[in-house]
Amino acid sequence: MAFGALEEIVQECEKTGLPLWKVIMQEDLRERDADQKESMERMETLYQAMRDADEAYDKDMRSASRLVGGDGYKLQQAVENKTTVCGSFIGKVMMRAMKMGECNACMRRIVAAPTAGSCGVIPAVFLTYEEEFGESKERMLQALYVAAGIGQVIASRASISGAEGGCQAEIGSASAMAAGAIAWLRTGDAGCAMHASAIAMKGLLGLACDPVAGLVEVTCVKRNVIGAVNALTSADMACAGIRSVIPPDEVFDAMADIGKLLPSSLRETGEGGLAATPRGRQIARDL
Amino acid sequence: MNLFDILGPIMVGPSSSHTAGAARIGFVGYRLLGETPVKAKIELHGSFASTGKGHGTDKALVAGLLGMRPDDIRIPRSFEIARERGMAFDITSVYLKDVHPNSVRLTLTGKSGKVCTMIASSLGGGRIKVCSLDGIEVSFSGEYPTLIVNNEDKPGCVTRVTSLLSQRGINIATMQLYRDTRGGEAVMVIECDQGVPEPFLQELKALDGIEKVTYLNMEEE
Ligand code: SF4
Repeated sequence: MAFGALEEIVQECEKTGLPLWKVIMQEDLRERDADQKESMERMETLYQAMRDADEAYDKDMRSASRLVGGDGYKLQQAVENKTTVCGSFIGKVMMRAMKMGECNACMRRIVAAPTAGSCGVIPAVFLTYEEEFGESKERMLQALYVAAGIGQVIASRASISGAEGGCQAEIGSASAMAAGAIAWLRTGDAGCAMHASAIAMKGLLGLACDPVAGLVEVTCVKRNVIGAVNALTSADMACAGIRSVIPPDEVFDAMADIGKLLPSSLRETGEGGLAATPRGRQIARDL
Repeated sequence: MNLFDILGPIMVGPSSSHTAGAARIGFVGYRLLGETPVKAKIELHGSFASTGKGHGTDKALVAGLLGMRPDDIRIPRSFEIARERGMAFDITSVYLKDVHPNSVRLTLTGKSGKVCTMIASSLGGGRIKVCSLDGIEVSFSGEYPTLIVNNEDKPGCVTRVTSLLSQRGINIATMQLYRDTRGGEAVMVIECDQGVPEPFLQELKALDGIEKVTYLNMEEE
C-alpha cells in the first residue's frame, strides 16, 4: 500500500538511509509492480508536457466564456519591464501559474497536478526554480516524486477533489506538494519537506470551491498564482528552520474535516461564494 | 492512488471529469463500434448536460468518437473534423435513471450498418465506467484489456471461456456476468491482465454458444 502518513515516509527514510524521492518511488514501484525505468520515463514525459504547455502559451486564446485569456501575457510584460513589486523570480512564477491556468481554461494540453483546475502551481514553481537556480533536470524529476508522494498522502487522508473538499483540496494540495518538493531540493531533508507542505496547506485551509457558472475559469486560474507563491514562501519558512506546530499529517486531517463541513454550495457546484455574487450569476445567465 | 494518479494525466483542459473523461468515453465508443461512426446520437445527462458546453464536453465526446485520445490537441476542433470525415452527430440532453451525474448515452452507427448503444459515466480524474452496452447492464472501466462476450444463457458457456483463457495463459483480473432480462442472452465482461492476441479472439468466437466477442484494448494504437 502507498504511504498513508508523511510520518511513515520520514521513518522509512531514516530506517533505510535512502533519499526521500527514492523511498516514494520504490513504494510506488512495489504497488504497481513496475520497474524504475518505466517510472522515470513516465515522470520525464509529464515534466516535458508541463514545459511544452508553458512554451505553447498563446496570448490571444480565450476560454468558452471569453472571460479568461491574455493575463499571463500581462504578467510577462510586467516582468520584462521590471515593474513587479515581487521582483523577477516571483514575477515569473506568477506569470507561469497564470499562463498554465489559462491554457487549461482554453482547452490546451496540460498536466493535471493534481487536478486540471490546479494544473498551474507545480509547473510554475518547478520550471521557474530550475531556470533561476540552475538545477539539473534529473534533480527536478526527483523533486516531482517528492511532490507526488506528498499528494498521495493528502489524497489518502483527505482529498484532492474540489467537489469533495473545496479548493483547499485542489490549489491547497498542489501548493503543499510544490512546497515540500522545493524544501527538499534546498535541504535534502525529509522532515523539512513535510513541514513546508504542512505550512503551505495551513495557509490555504478553508478555501472554497466556487467557480463562476461552474466553469474551471473565474476563481480557478488566478488561484494558481497564490498556490505557487504560497508554496515558495512556505518552503522558505521551513528551510529557515520554522516548523509547523501542528504535525503535517494532522494538518491534512484538519483539511479533510473542513472539507466535510463545507456546504455543497462551496464544493464545485457553482452555487455559492463568488459564483453566487450578482456578477457571477449574471455571467452564468449570459453564457 | 498511485503516483501517476496524482501527477497526470496529460490532457486537454479544462476539466478532468467533463473534458478528459468525456473524450475517453467517446474513444471507448469508437473502439467498441470498431470503426468511426457515420452517425452519432449523443445524449447528455445531469451535469454533462448543464455545464458540459462550457467544459467542452460536447467537443471532447465527438473527438473521442473520431478516435482521438484525451490528450489530443485537436479536441477543440473536433466538430470541424467530424464534418470533414463525414460523421453526422446530434447532441441533446436526456434524463437517465439511476446513473452518475456525469453520464452520457451514445447511439452509434457505423458505415457497415453496425449499431452500438452505450451509457457511460465520468467518475473524476479522467476515469470512466461503461454502465450499459446494447441495452445490457455492465460495468467496466477500459483500464484493462477487456473482453465482452455475448453468449447463450445456457450452462457450460462460462467454463468453456474461462478454461480457454487459462489454457492460453491469459490471467483474469475481474470477471462479471450479466443477463438480459428480456431474452435468453447473457454477457460476460472479462478484464484481463494481458492483452489478448487476435488468433485467440477467433478461437473464442468459434466456441459453442458464443454469439459475439468484442475486445477493447485502450493501450493499442
Ligand atoms: S475553485 Fe474549484 S474547480 Fe477551481 S481550481 Fe479550485 S477546486 Fe478546482
